[in-house]
Amino acid sequence: MSNTAVRSKVVKIALAGEGGQGVQSVAEILAEAANDEGREALYIPNFGVEQRGGVSVAYLQIADKPIAAPKFQTADIVVALSDRAIFRTKQYVGPETLFVYDSSIQGVSEEDLPRNARKILAIPALETANSELHPRVFNIIIMGAVIKATGVVSMEGAKKAIEKKLGYKFEQNPALRELNFKALEKGAELVEKLL
Amino acid sequence: MSNHELPRMPKSWRLESKPHKFCPGCGHGLVLKALGMAIDELGIQDRVVFGCDIGCSLLAWDFFNVDTIQTHHGRTTPVVTGVKRANPEAIVIAYMGDGGGYAIGSQHLVNAAARNELITAILVNNTNYGMTGGQMAPTTLPGQKTETTPYGRDVKEAGYPTQGPEMVAAIAREGAYVARGTIANLKQLTRFIKKALQNQMEGRGFSFVEVLSACPTNWRTNAKDTWEFVEKEMTKYFKVGEIKVPAAEGGETDE
Amino acid sequence: MADKPIEGEKKAFMTGNEVVAWAALAAGAEIMYGYPITPQNEIMHYWTRLAPKFNRKFLQTEDELSAGFTTIGGVLAGKRAFTATAGPGNTLMQEPMSMAEMMRLPTVVVIQQRGGPSTATVIYSQQEVTMTTYGGNGEGLRIVYSTSNHQELFDYTIKAFNTAWKYRFPTFILGDGYQAKMRESLTIYDPEVRGIEMVPTTPYVLRPGQIGVNREPNHLRNTYNTEEELYEVLQKHISAYNEVAPEIVEYQEFGTEDAEIVVVSHGVVFRSCKGAVQELREEGLRVGYFRPITLRPFPGEQLRKVAERARMLLIVESAYGQLAKLVKDAIFGCSVRIEGLFKPGVGITSEEVVTKVKELL
Repeated sequence: MSNTAVRSKVVKIALAGEGGQGVQSVAEILAEAANDEGREALYIPNFGVEQRGGVSVAYLQIADKPIAAPKFQTADIVVALSDRAIFRTKQYVGPETLFVYDSSIQGVSEEDLPRNARKILAIPALETANSELHPRVFNIIIMGAVIKATGVVSMEGAKKAIEKKLGYKFEQNPALRELNFKALEKGAELVEKLL
Repeated sequence: MSNHELPRMPKSWRLESKPHKFCPGCGHGLVLKALGMAIDELGIQDRVVFGCDIGCSLLAWDFFNVDTIQTHHGRTTPVVTGVKRANPEAIVIAYMGDGGGYAIGSQHLVNAAARNELITAILVNNTNYGMTGGQMAPTTLPGQKTETTPYGRDVKEAGYPTQGPEMVAAIAREGAYVARGTIANLKQLTRFIKKALQNQMEGRGFSFVEVLSACPTNWRTNAKDTWEFVEKEMTKYFKVGEIKVPAAEGGETDE
Repeated sequence: MADKPIEGEKKAFMTGNEVVAWAALAAGAEIMYGYPITPQNEIMHYWTRLAPKFNRKFLQTEDELSAGFTTIGGVLAGKRAFTATAGPGNTLMQEPMSMAEMMRLPTVVVIQQRGGPSTATVIYSQQEVTMTTYGGNGEGLRIVYSTSNHQELFDYTIKAFNTAWKYRFPTFILGDGYQAKMRESLTIYDPEVRGIEMVPTTPYVLRPGQIGVNREPNHLRNTYNTEEELYEVLQKHISAYNEVAPEIVEYQEFGTEDAEIVVVSHGVVFRSCKGAVQELREEGLRVGYFRPITLRPFPGEQLRKVAERARMLLIVESAYGQLAKLVKDAIFGCSVRIEGLFKPGVGITSEEVVTKVKELL
């Protein structure tokens, strides 16, 4: 996907996972990064009684003009990080949608996946986090993947936004910074191989 | 009672609104006399914000020459709380009936007491809803006939009379002042109200005075029976005296 | 202690609830009274974190009745006081606000609409329009601003304090759960750098002076003895309201000169409608929009002019016809065809509006 193609329209991103998988943080950091790069960004979490123990969905839109409705019918990219998240987010998939899910999700068969997506990618984000990096940076790998797939922000911008959000932790433990940045690059690589 | 001790009309009363609008024999006039004298003695007329509730207490909306806010049923406590929080210099009074304080506005009374709000609530207990025509109130005595308990209050159906000051004293913390006075002892009542106001002025805590009062109109009693009811029947359930007094303050019981 | 919450102006990227807290601070609001209810909670969260730094106050009350009545107390004491609520809390808030209406008190209430009726959802709706504009046992003598984005949420929250204290009618900011929870960019500012002068407040009680010497006590009431007495007071209030209404009314319109279909919407739904109309215009279709910013007073005359030219009004709202009622009332007698896209308690996207307009054209 070329940069100009992306920038001529609103990019709509839906991220969904279990509570604690960090999808809201990913959306928030991406929104901050886009805003810092001078772009329009609108991020809204799903909330409600289901925020306790349910699927967590983040709706993120990034564009160069003011964004209309806070939620949308069809996403450009849907990222689902659990079986329940897959079922929940199928509704946002259309013929132009790139559907990304974690390859380690158990109990999901071919017919559980959306049939109308432009493309479906299974990425081993969780496995990569566990074996090569650290389980806590799983969501940063996802962020890297989203950035690579959409080009909504630059890698540099994302790193700055991560620094802004987690800088206080990096101060105490500089190795964490490296770990996060590595996870970001790794996420991009995972997608690049498959696109 | 000599004229020297109790002048005919407190200075803080508003001449233009007298004679007042309460029914003949109503206890409100006496309670407001005690309050007026307390305000006079403390010299706080310019600092008082008097809030009055719905029910017969609303008739006090132009009773005093002090800033007055007539509010909604049960909501005088939050209105004067709002004033006090915004202007701590104010000396605020929430004047209400038993329905306003113990039924529709009980959550406000309970929580103001729990927060130890620096306000003074004065609640007139006449064992019924006077303004609306004499229905059962939280304070109606067992067996007492009202428009909604025509065969007498059945405690199995409608429970026992609310022990308001006892409830407030149980909730409130050190610094609170809680007392029950009666129109049958105006000197004592004036002292209780004065102490309640001083408690607020000194920033010690919530202050609450329930007053045993009379409603001959709805009780359908003559003067003798009215006073008997106040002094003999009501006091069986409602004990007159100070119930909670800050450590800094000397207490008194019935005299 | 910093004296100004915001120095000059600056770009910000935050949630709508945070926007409200900053705007109230910037407007010089002195005290907030509040009770928790989703989706407005973070207004209190941000306010309680920021307020002490700027010598402002907060009281958490026992319910929304108390939040409303303590807000009234704060206003009577002469302070810029406000509260915020939603849904069932807004239902309770109608009792104190009817007192504010009767007594013409400059209360400011921020409503973040959630699904209804009843507890429904904590998420979003536009179902509190009727209640916020005409709630309580009264005549709707209130001012209601319906915002559509964070910049407006900031601008109109500041404005609400001035409108309230200038005209002395209870004033509402009508937001919603989406606006409350979403993050987007805006510019926050010190009103002074924008030339906005805050309307001074005056106390209703404990005004300076000594009673009987150089001031009279104030006796404020909302109860009247006779029909005639009430009628006289209400006539005064109503004519005062009608007199200032034209100064207060705000709206936006686009493409209405030649539009066949005019899309009417308010609040966050207006964003979708605006997007849809722009897209349809780019396709060469004669579509326009009309958006009331004030729902009370309603820009009725302005809408009537639009309705007389158009073939059709399409009313779009996340409620089942609450805006439509205001519209129909405002243009009564006009023969324009009225269609609705009503989705109570659910968000509406530009795509849906485009599809609906194309069906109707």
